Amino acid sequence: MTTPTVSTEPNTRANTHVGAKPFDLSQPSVRTAPVSDEHAVVSIKDFNLWYGNFQALHHVSLNIPKNQVTALIGASGCGKSTLLRAINRMNDLIPIVKTDGTITYEGVDLYDRAVDPVEVRRRVGMVFQKPNPFPKSVFDNVAFGPRLNAYKGDLNALVEKSLKRAALWEEVKDKLKGSGLGLSGGQQQRLCIARAMATEPDIILMDEPTSALDPMSTDRIEGLIHEIKEHYTVVIVTHNMQQAGRVSDRTAFMHLGVLIEEGPTDQIFTNPKHEMTERYVEGRFG
Amino acid sequence: MERKTPGMLGRARAVGLNKRADRRVGEAVIGTLLLLCALVSVVTTVAVVYSIAEETFQFFREVSVVEFFTSRVWTPLFENQNFGIAPLVLGTLMVTSIACVIGLPLGLGAAIYLAEFAGDRTRRTVTPILEVLAGIPTVALGYFALLFVTPVIRDLIPGVNLFNPLSAGFVMAFLILPTVTSISVDSLRAVPRSLREAGYGLGASKFELITRVVVPAALSGIIASFILAISRAIGETMIVTLASGGRPNFTFDPRQEMATMTAFIVQAGTGDQAAGSLGARSLYAVAAVLFTITLVLNILSQQVVRRFSEKYE
Repeated sequence: MTTPTVSTEPNTRANTHVGAKPFDLSQPSVRTAPVSDEHAVVSIKDFNLWYGNFQALHHVSLNIPKNQVTALIGASGCGKSTLLRAINRMNDLIPIVKTDGTITYEGVDLYDRAVDPVEVRRRVGMVFQKPNPFPKSVFDNVAFGPRLNAYKGDLNALVEKSLKRAALWEEVKDKLKGSGLGLSGGQQQRLCIARAMATEPDIILMDEPTSALDPMSTDRIEGLIHEIKEHYTVVIVTHNMQQAGRVSDRTAFMHLGVLIEEGPTDQIFTNPKHEMTERYVEGRFG
Repeated sequence: MERKTPGMLGRARAVGLNKRADRRVGEAVIGTLLLLCALVSVVTTVAVVYSIAEETFQFFREVSVVEFFTSRVWTPLFENQNFGIAPLVLGTLMVTSIACVIGLPLGLGAAIYLAEFAGDRTRRTVTPILEVLAGIPTVALGYFALLFVTPVIRDLIPGVNLFNPLSAGFVMAFLILPTVTSISVDSLRAVPRSLREAGYGLGASKFELITRVVVPAALSGIIASFILAISRAIGETMIVTLASGGRPNFTFDPRQEMATMTAFIVQAGTGDQAAGSLGARSLYAVAAVLFTITLVLNILSQQVVRRFSEKYE
């Protein structure tokens, strides 16, 4: 029998259950070289979100710069996926969700009653944790969004362009009629990225897009994220800090639904200002 | 693998790990009893199929197969015997088609509502009602068709016979509706959340999601429910016997009396045909055709369901 080792560190895990107060929730987020409102494509201001009675996001404010990659990092349950899904109103699909605060895109508050969430999702694409191609052909997967929008242009050209941008064209150009489910996991995820790009969104949200993939496929998708930011603004949730370091321009660290610190990625990783950020990026919890 | 070590039995006994003979015997007896239960259904099926095949074989020694499948007159119980099964098959197809035209879309619509729109409370209320519908004795449905539906149809449409496939098909639609709905609901709800999120994430509205993602993904389950419903409609007996009549009639006019295959079997079986007579044997020939059709449909639906279960990953 081994005796359990007693950690001299404060037990951060014990603090992750509901109701615990590891720190003052109302303290302001630490910001390094903040993005001004003029340079932000999406501006999140004092945003709160509840699942029923449980508050998952507390007064989050974050500006997301255009044509850059913003990474959201933090331990499981910190609200990073919830925040990501708030940007294209995917949380609306859960009936018990309530929000306040604003998320502004092109001067429009996405949570205003005048806004149609369906239209929001056509402008803000999303890639999910597990590849989820439709049980349709490769072509029909990519053409799904354009067809919803009754796309007027050359659909074949759009599908080809999207697949090329997703670095998948060479592998599937001879089997566009084959099922999307016949591809490997990494190819399926690139297909999902191509599918998201085919609706010609301004922003692409990625919710841990490589967590279900092998290292080779992960590498390809990380390279892809680097390339596509020329055309799109990318927000990526990741568990993997090396990944955040490799792909993102800016990083936001969250804990228990609070935005603790945000800034340029190299600053967050080499010179974090908040003690919790430092502990997290050094891998001491999470 | 097990191996034998000298002295191990004693040690196993000492700590209570030894094999116990009484348990092994008990399990063997139970296993045998359950095997017998399974065998009963197999033996019954084989016996029924054999007797149908035997009588059908005897029937075709006297009646030509060509006449059976090409003649348009069916009068095996009359003095002047004619053996063309076409009017009976047509009657069955007529009633089944009417039932399907009404019942399949209605059943699918109800399934989409229950699976995608209804709240948990509605679903919990409506589903048992559908099951009650499936449990109404068909003889009651048959009288309902004859006594309530037929008069209404005769008021609405001129020239409708007292016995007609319209009324029988209409009521049969409600018999097959629960089959379509319950199987379709299951296959619609089996469409994974990840596919729904993918659709919503690309800007699909709820209606677009249902028509372009959920229904196509559940399609083989839905088709299987259709095939099973058709198979049930073809084999249904009491509604058609009571409401569609017993006179074989080669016509495409649904206002006329039309006998189905099942209605003929009832007629021949309850009549005074001598066993072994050609009239009695014709019953088995019709039964063989009926059995073949429903067997093919059931196999087809199993194939479709198998494809369905391999679908998403």
